[in-house]
Amino acid sequence: MDKQPMASSGGAPATTSTGVAPPPPTPAGDERLAQISPMARILRRPEIGALLAAIVVAIFFWTQNSLFLKLDGIANWTDVASTIGIPAVAVALLMIGGEFDLSAGVMTGSAGLMMGILATEVGMNIWLAIVLTMIAAGAVGFLNGYMVMKTKLPSFIVTLGTFFILQGVNLGVTKAITNQVSVSNIDLASGYSSAQKIFGGNFWSPHDFQITVLWWIAVTAIGTWVLARTRVGNWIFGVGGDANAARNVGVPVMQVKIGLFMTTSLVAALTGIMIALRLASTQAGQGVGDEFQYIIAAVVGGCLLTGGYGSAVGASLGATIIGMAFIGIQFSGWNTDWRFLFLGVILLVAVLVNNYIRKRAEGARR
Amino acid sequence: MSTETNQTAQQGDGKTPLLEVRHVSKYFGNVVALNDISVGVSAGEVTCVLGDNGAGKSTFIKILSGVHRHDEGELLVDGEDTHFNSPREAKERGIATVFQDLATVPLMSIWRNFFLGSEPTKGAGPLRRVDVRWAQHTMVGELKKMGIDVRDPDQPVGTLSGGERQAVSIARAVYFGAKVLILDEPTSALGVKQSGVVLRYVAQARDRGLGVIFISHNPHHAYPVGDRFVILNRGRLVGDSRKGEISRDELIKAMSGGAELEALEHEIERVLDDAPASG
Repeated sequence: MDKQPMASSGGAPATTSTGVAPPPPTPAGDERLAQISPMARILRRPEIGALLAAIVVAIFFWTQNSLFLKLDGIANWTDVASTIGIPAVAVALLMIGGEFDLSAGVMTGSAGLMMGILATEVGMNIWLAIVLTMIAAGAVGFLNGYMVMKTKLPSFIVTLGTFFILQGVNLGVTKAITNQVSVSNIDLASGYSSAQKIFGGNFWSPHDFQITVLWWIAVTAIGTWVLARTRVGNWIFGVGGDANAARNVGVPVMQVKIGLFMTTSLVAALTGIMIALRLASTQAGQGVGDEFQYIIAAVVGGCLLTGGYGSAVGASLGATIIGMAFIGIQFSGWNTDWRFLFLGVILLVAVLVNNYIRKRAEGARR
Repeated sequence: MSTETNQTAQQGDGKTPLLEVRHVSKYFGNVVALNDISVGVSAGEVTCVLGDNGAGKSTFIKILSGVHRHDEGELLVDGEDTHFNSPREAKERGIATVFQDLATVPLMSIWRNFFLGSEPTKGAGPLRRVDVRWAQHTMVGELKKMGIDVRDPDQPVGTLSGGERQAVSIARAVYFGAKVLILDEPTSALGVKQSGVVLRYVAQARDRGLGVIFISHNPHHAYPVGDRFVILNRGRLVGDSRKGEISRDELIKAMSGGAELEALEHEIERVLDDAPASG
């Protein structure tokens, strides 16, 4: 498929019109097609709902506590948003590709624990520990994808299995090795200070933004570029929208989906490594339940649960809303338990809005 | 693979058919799905394959498009004996099949659908990217040739009508160098007007020099565009005639098993005649 019939711009039209019958009467500009206004064009973006919601939520919490939109406040909620947003972008790509990964949350814990144990108990250099951890994460993602593609079972069930396996391993192995339910003193490992600077540090003192915010922006930008401008991006939309149709036109469906599962695991592991390096320790229960926050962020950002539609920026906006809610509720002096209620409500609203959009986009025909 | 079609519009009977089967049979276990079928299509010609449900039309298409392998007989592409191991191989030889379920993704935009799997790129290395503007421009031009005026290339395919979606599939197949276009019941799910529109695309593809195999169970749709009519019944070839040799009524009769239909007609007439007399 790497040979394009006409790869250069301005290539001549591909077919010669030999003896074409008089062109069929084309209505002079189909009168049924209304002109598309720039406004309608903007409203068609998947992330527009999340953007509006983020603005409303920001203003709401700002009225509760004006610190919320000052730099110190922003540093607070972007911290939460970034550690949700980085994996949420990968989860969004996977969802656009038509699959789920419930093991993404617990993967952050597994990665932090593995790196921590290799660094503290085995005495490895932290960088080597990171490399080995990423390889392991890639293997888990590959297994997820391979099992889903080979068995044709819903990814929901397969990754639910991986989720519990990883959770069991996290607790069991950690307890067996450290006699505790956590790994600590990661900061004593060689190479910690350089790795901590890159993955777990701060910038812009005195406000102390977390370095994860920069990673978050970078991951979002890469995700957006991939979806909008690369061939793989087009394939992701294709396999999620209609895998059979995509296969019929030559898209390597299996490779695309397995690649998406691996990306999700790798990005989740990266997030876990960042969290572990920042705190210099990891709990064995780290990340359990976070997968739902990633999925909520992706759905609030416009991803359809059925695949084929969504955006990376949307997932990041979804993570922003979650981050703002978590910190905003604290800033407002309310009980933080309310944040779950908030999450549930915003998820339901997002699903209803997305459902409506999907019906319009599919034209309710066929 | 060149997308140029250098064939002139008019076919000659002496020319080698682009795609031909000779004495092909296909068995599924002890079921004879196809028995001794010989059909061909030349450039600039529409061969209609007609038959009622269960006649073997689907099996026939699947052999031509590389989904199934035939058990007996020959499959010739440009006169050369060939076996397809996959639909991809058939496609590489310029045989494009537009299946009933339409190979388009409803939620994706028209241009993304048009180039799905064969996206044009520019730039190199990490900056290698899909040439969106060129892709949109090309897609709009190609659909214009089919008589469709696309205002907004970003419009999701799902918002197009059934006929327009067929047109996108056909235009894509033509653009990516198909020499033979196999259309599986393209009009079966469409209304009268939409069917007319699709038939016009079929005629246009033919005029652009493609060989078209048009599978249908509707003789009214097949007759206006067809040059040759092949009738299948229960896996056998029961009729093969050129346009001048058969009238529309004869075609309808042949398709439904001729004599059977006549007997049925008489029976219905008798019932209708008897009804007022007895009442």
